[in-house]
Amino acid sequence: MAEPLLRLAGLHTHIGQYHILQGVDLVVPEGELTMLLGRNGAGKTTTLRTIMGLWRASAGSVSFAGSDLAPLATPEIARLGIGYVPENMGVFAGLTVRENMVLAARGGELDQGRLDWIFSLFPALARFWSLPAGNLSGGQKQMLSIARAMVEPRRLVLIDEPSKGLAPAIVDALIEAMQELKRTATTILMVEQNFRMAQALGDGVAVMDDGRVVHSGRMAELAADQALQGRLLGLSLGAHQ
Amino acid sequence: MTDRTAETPAVPSPPLKERLLARLPYWTVPLLALAGLAAIADLSTWTTLTLAGLAMGMLIFIMASGLTLVFGLMDVLNFGHGAFISIGAFVGASVLLALGGWTASSSLALNLAAVCLAIAAAMAATGLLGWFFERVIVKPVYGAHLKQILVTMGGLIVAEQLIHLIWGPNQIPLPRPEALKGSWVIGEVVVERYRLLAVAVGAAIFLGLRWALVRTKLGLLIRAGVENGEMVEALGYRIQRLFVLVFVAGSALAGLGGVMWGLYDEIITAQMGLNILILVFIVVIIGGLGSVEGCFLGALLVGLMANYTGFLAPKVALGSNILLMVAILMWRPRGLLPAGKG
Amino acid sequence: MLKALLSEDYPRSRLLTALLVVIVAGLALAPFVFPGIRPLNTAATICVFIVLVASYDLLLGYTGIVSFAHTLFYGIGAYGVALALDAWPASWGAVALGTALGLALAMAIALLIGLFALRVQAIFFAMVTLAVASACLILASQLSGLTGGEDGLTYRVPHLLSPAFRLVDGKVLGVRLDGRIVSYYLLFLAAGALVLAMLRIVNSPFGRVLQAIRENPFRAEALGYRTAVYRTAATVAAAAAAALAGALMALWQKYTGPDTTLSLSIMIDILLMVVIGGMGTIYGAVVGATVFVLAKNYLQLLMAAAAGATAGLPLLPQLVSPDRWLLWLGILFVLSVYFFPSGIVGRLRGRGGEGGAPRG
Repeated sequence: MAEPLLRLAGLHTHIGQYHILQGVDLVVPEGELTMLLGRNGAGKTTTLRTIMGLWRASAGSVSFAGSDLAPLATPEIARLGIGYVPENMGVFAGLTVRENMVLAARGGELDQGRLDWIFSLFPALARFWSLPAGNLSGGQKQMLSIARAMVEPRRLVLIDEPSKGLAPAIVDALIEAMQELKRTATTILMVEQNFRMAQALGDGVAVMDDGRVVHSGRMAELAADQALQGRLLGLSLGAHQ
Repeated sequence: MTDRTAETPAVPSPPLKERLLARLPYWTVPLLALAGLAAIADLSTWTTLTLAGLAMGMLIFIMASGLTLVFGLMDVLNFGHGAFISIGAFVGASVLLALGGWTASSSLALNLAAVCLAIAAAMAATGLLGWFFERVIVKPVYGAHLKQILVTMGGLIVAEQLIHLIWGPNQIPLPRPEALKGSWVIGEVVVERYRLLAVAVGAAIFLGLRWALVRTKLGLLIRAGVENGEMVEALGYRIQRLFVLVFVAGSALAGLGGVMWGLYDEIITAQMGLNILILVFIVVIIGGLGSVEGCFLGALLVGLMANYTGFLAPKVALGSNILLMVAILMWRPRGLLPAGKG
Repeated sequence: MLKALLSEDYPRSRLLTALLVVIVAGLALAPFVFPGIRPLNTAATICVFIVLVASYDLLLGYTGIVSFAHTLFYGIGAYGVALALDAWPASWGAVALGTALGLALAMAIALLIGLFALRVQAIFFAMVTLAVASACLILASQLSGLTGGEDGLTYRVPHLLSPAFRLVDGKVLGVRLDGRIVSYYLLFLAAGALVLAMLRIVNSPFGRVLQAIRENPFRAEALGYRTAVYRTAATVAAAAAAALAGALMALWQKYTGPDTTLSLSIMIDILLMVVIGGMGTIYGAVVGATVFVLAKNYLQLLMAAAAGATAGLPLLPQLVSPDRWLLWLGILFVLSVYFFPSGIVGRLRGRGGEGGAPRG
């Protein structure tokens, strides 16, 4: 088996006095979308933040394309080609949509071809191009946040619960956009609570509980196995359906 | 595709009333000016005072802008900012006094050249000092407000003492260059020449800052960093470098403000920085920490208020600014235009 | 007995105990061991500043609040006594009334500031108090009809405290027991009582909640403590102690002016004393105030000698000139915030950089 693009081994993270990640082992194969599932407080967001260097790992390793991310600072990690769509979307409300996109394109130039592609997925962004991002609706902010991660080719994109708080119609739009992104062979690690979205998009899946990965396998297998779903995910995911 | 566009609402434009309310902070300045007119009831006096107030406000804005950005970007409250003001004034005064021939000449060009040189020297000195201050004094205490306040206060004390050490214990008179002395009388309105210069410099700095913040990528990064520094890092930018840059620029602006203020008062003391810092704090609080536009509004409000009350009831001039601050905080606990977080 | 007096909060270090014993004994016997006007004045200043600094420690060290309005309360206490003695004949009734009015006003203003600060961001507090304090300083200088303006007020104190009073005829241990000595011991005992009272406050359940808030306000709030109420109460208590310190100083100096009570430089002195002594310990206030006041009074003599000795050299004489003593204390202050955030007391207790100092 080829070396995965991202591999977490025995990852521990402390936040203050709390021991959040207690030895996370996770592989994200190149070119796939890996779903990270689990109930609230299982450590999914902390896992993404630790990969991004926003929390310091207290033990364990994060290897990305052969290099160790643990000693790197967040900007250096991002420069390796990792895009991050945080849980709160991290949209700069005081900046216009365009300015948000300009900052995300580190080269400084917006590639018109890529932009057209993004606009075809999220037409709202084209319409509100020069309005402050703070004026956007929740769904549009989420689209902008994802668009920022797509504005340049990235090797890996981390996405934290894109469907959170959004109406089903908008979730459909997001699913469509993510499928487009998958076609570019971008590797994606996505945290999700919405099982419909997870099922539609996931290639591989990992389920977390109490700061550890308690199950990993193929999404299709998990989707087919009701009993396994019930055991791993309980009612928390069912409630979202 | 079609149903996706259906779910997005039309152009997000809030109702008129809401938009007017959002504009309300901008109306405070003309409202205060009108209130001043009503209280003074004499148009020519009011015009003179308003011009003086705007000049003072512009000068305070120059000094406050750096402080508010430094706070917005890194959550650092820098009491040492006052030291940069004093040191800028003293360096500028040294240059001006050394160029006595130029300042005593009645040629406006020579006068302005001397002032420009003084400002350049002051900005260079305080910018450099700001860099040193950030590296040595502030950096070790990121994220710890209490220590920041204590350490930067300590830095202020040491800097004041160093001024005494270098320039002696006494205040230094700093006469304005010849061509900037005196005033024009237009009808019954007295226009002090130097105040006009102060307004011009302040307006230029404000427009320049606004341009830089809106039009340049660096400015975008600073505004984004004030809002959400973590996300700026996650996009691959080193916010630390950005911060050092803003700190140095803010210190240089404090130095510029120090020279201008020294010429305004025509006397400089080592303590002037701390005294002005109090006004600067009031301005920054009124404007909303981290916001350059709010800072500009706050500075104009404070400048106008100080001049109106200085005329109407001189004994309570500074107290009136405190009342202004309290009133605005009662209305908006985070200031007029707080930099949006998240 | 000792246990009750110290509220079971012992110095917890032999060296510190020894230092405290020396300070207390020195202050208790000052009139006899260090006769003369200047040493007695120094000792009295130390007593007052111990109270003032301890009351500030209640805010800064135990609650993590940075206020620059502390001299305001000190000044109000001093002006309360001064105005009463200025307006009425020098009687104990006037002293009591002035103290009570000053105390009430200081506590009322502290309550207002506390309530106001609840509405704004915590970081505003330092800035707001700085602005308020400087406005009050200017106000006191400007209202010359009431406060005597820049010149301040000079007044007579009750006969018992005036130099003309004789407790006994003749001398005791070579010292004439006049009203100065009586004043001094009044000051000493009052200061001692106030410090012990504050020690009691910080070791009470109330004090423990304050420390919990300092360590983690969100957690304290989650545990059901209304942090706002506790912080306001701490501000009021600290203001009361500061006002009493001001009243004592007014009685001792028989003079009250803006520069000796309200000025920002006194505020900075307090800050230096509490940090150098050790935040959050109360004992730090005792050590810090003593070291600082002694340094202010005697370091300058030493520096003058050093300046004289280095007269021929470049720069050095200016660096060690007695006027520059604050330069060295400022540097010491910055260094101590970095390297000994728990101050002299924390150092002596062997906790180095950790522990006593707030992390906020």
